[in-house]
Amino acid sequence: MITATNLTKVYSGTTVLNIEHLDIPTGQSMGLVGNNGAGKTTFFSMLLDLIQPTTGNIFNHDITVSQNEEWKEFTSSFIDESFLIGYLTPEEYFYFIGDLRKQNKADVDALLLTFEDFFHDEILGKRKYLRDLSKGNQKKVGIVAALIGSPKVIILDEPFANLDPTTQIRLKKIIKDITAQKETTILISSHDLIHITEVCERIVVLDKGNLVKDIITSPATLDELENYFSKDLALKQES
Amino acid sequence: MGFLGLYFTAAFLMFGIGLYPLITEYFPGEEPLYLVNRFVLVWLILELAYRFLLQNLPIMDIKPLMLLPIKKRKVVNFVLLKSLYSFFNFLPLLIIIPFGIFNIYKQTFNTGAIIAWMISMIGLTLSINFGNFIIKKNFTDNIKALIPVVGGIAVIGLLDYFKVFESSVWFGKGLNAILENPLLAIIPILIFLFFYKWNQKDLQNKFYLDATLKEEVKDANTKEFLWTSRFGDLAPYLQLDLKMIWRNKRPKTTVYISILFLAYGLIFFGNDSYQEMPAFFVFAGIFITGIFMINFGQFIPAWDAGYYPLIMAQNIPFKKYLTAKAGLITFSVVVLALLSTPYLYFGWKILILIMVCAVYNIGVNIPILLYAGSFNKKKIDLDKSPFMNYQGTGAAQWIVGLPLMVIPVLVFWIFYKTISFESGVTVLFVLGITGLIFRNRAISMIAQRYKRQKYAMIEGFKQSGE
Repeated sequence: MITATNLTKVYSGTTVLNIEHLDIPTGQSMGLVGNNGAGKTTFFSMLLDLIQPTTGNIFNHDITVSQNEEWKEFTSSFIDESFLIGYLTPEEYFYFIGDLRKQNKADVDALLLTFEDFFHDEILGKRKYLRDLSKGNQKKVGIVAALIGSPKVIILDEPFANLDPTTQIRLKKIIKDITAQKETTILISSHDLIHITEVCERIVVLDKGNLVKDIITSPATLDELENYFSKDLALKQES
Repeated sequence: MGFLGLYFTAAFLMFGIGLYPLITEYFPGEEPLYLVNRFVLVWLILELAYRFLLQNLPIMDIKPLMLLPIKKRKVVNFVLLKSLYSFFNFLPLLIIIPFGIFNIYKQTFNTGAIIAWMISMIGLTLSINFGNFIIKKNFTDNIKALIPVVGGIAVIGLLDYFKVFESSVWFGKGLNAILENPLLAIIPILIFLFFYKWNQKDLQNKFYLDATLKEEVKDANTKEFLWTSRFGDLAPYLQLDLKMIWRNKRPKTTVYISILFLAYGLIFFGNDSYQEMPAFFVFAGIFITGIFMINFGQFIPAWDAGYYPLIMAQNIPFKKYLTAKAGLITFSVVVLALLSTPYLYFGWKILILIMVCAVYNIGVNIPILLYAGSFNKKKIDLDKSPFMNYQGTGAAQWIVGLPLMVIPVLVFWIFYKTISFESGVTVLFVLGITGLIFRNRAISMIAQRYKRQKYAMIEGFKQSGE
């Protein structure tokens, strides 16, 4: 269970995030949608205690994230390339993350084996540093690293961006497989409404820092979201 | 590293200012300008050698300009002119200008001739600047082709040395001719222009993404540093740090510099004028065993700036992170202390002093540096050369340098003056050991401070600016 209460972030007078209350039950897969500047990455960064909230708190399994670090043991994330270490090869990076999450080499190897398809033979055994990989391949590494050590909470910021179509489809399957177990809470943000409605049970829409929609995904959700995001356009056409 | 840039600047400037008086003192009767001219060729070859090893044409800067509506020629000129701002072109000026001014002041030749000489020297420096790029371009892919060149230079050097054919003297005479006929200064300028045009043409023809501009993807070095595994749960961090150092230009250069500076002690230990002032030996001892500690430690944790959010979001307690860094630096101090054992040549006292300085570095200076690191909020680009690179340097770097070296020197000096050499050494040793005993507690306290600074650091490391 993740709870955010009275959560705000103000940068020099401008409120960039303002969430009164948000509960994410354990095992839920929640999609975060919103235009640029809606506060998605800010919310994730606060959840990971990388940004200090102006007011309010986030509780991750009853731990206040800004006061106690124990949530780090069961929470993993991939936000952007600052979560990769450029001078390591993918293997070294996976083993390093494995070490931090108390997984030995054999555990990591076993996990990597299950992602053979996802890697599409472009990641392992290439003797290349992460900084020399393409953006899409870097993203693959970051996403898989976030799955090492069976975390209870997984946070992925725009995991579908930069991936090729085949990999996007494979990633959807990976996420669905995890959510099917109902044990892991997954938080994903995306600009792709089709993907996110497909993999998430619940969609939360942010607009300029405010929570404007909170929907349990149904077949009608995609239409609802498309209508919501094209309303400015519709208004213009009418007038 | 900023420290090192300043050091070289100061050293060259002192040499430039001191050159004229030194020559008149040690070579009375010689014309200083003639004497200097004799060594210009040797200097130029040395300059070419270190430029070949260290200087690169900033060619990747072209990439973002390719799509803009700017003429190719303009972009090429931009890159070439930008290379003029290099530290390597700045250093010779520090000698040429003060020395030239001295000569004008003393009126050894008429002012016009000396100015022509200064212009020629600058022309030669720039010729080396651009000549080096040509050489690099044609030889970096094929290092073996360099062998005959190096061999040729060696032969010329030997002929010179055994006075069979003294090319450096002839070169000097050529420069002397400029003093008699200032118009000849046009020749070095022409050489410089020739190399410039050559570079220009070369670059213009290779103005494509897949030709010159392709970034080289090197085969990853997969050295594992498995021996670190004996350090238990610190092993992953130590491995990461060692990989960071070996695989990135800036930290790697730091290691080479540390080894170079081992010889720094020779200036002090062998010099008669310091024998009565052993406090300077403490300075040397702290410096040679702690040069890596200072150059690396002052930028903790900025070395990890590129992935600091990962370190913060992952399951890495600050204390462990800092303990690993302290361990790595301790290791460097021990290695440097072992490497400085040949100083035994200057006597047991010197060697013991160096070892005690190493203990002091480990016990006292490492926690001080780690504490100072919590003030770091500037990113470091691991792949940039450290020379004249002030990136990541803030007030903290300058302020922390003082207590690291001044305090032990002062403590030693007080005990040496009031009691004895032995008492000074003992006090430093006791301070070091005390620091070592309390290291764990000190690191816990420093970790608290890092925790408070966490958000500011993450924010600061995100900025890519200087």
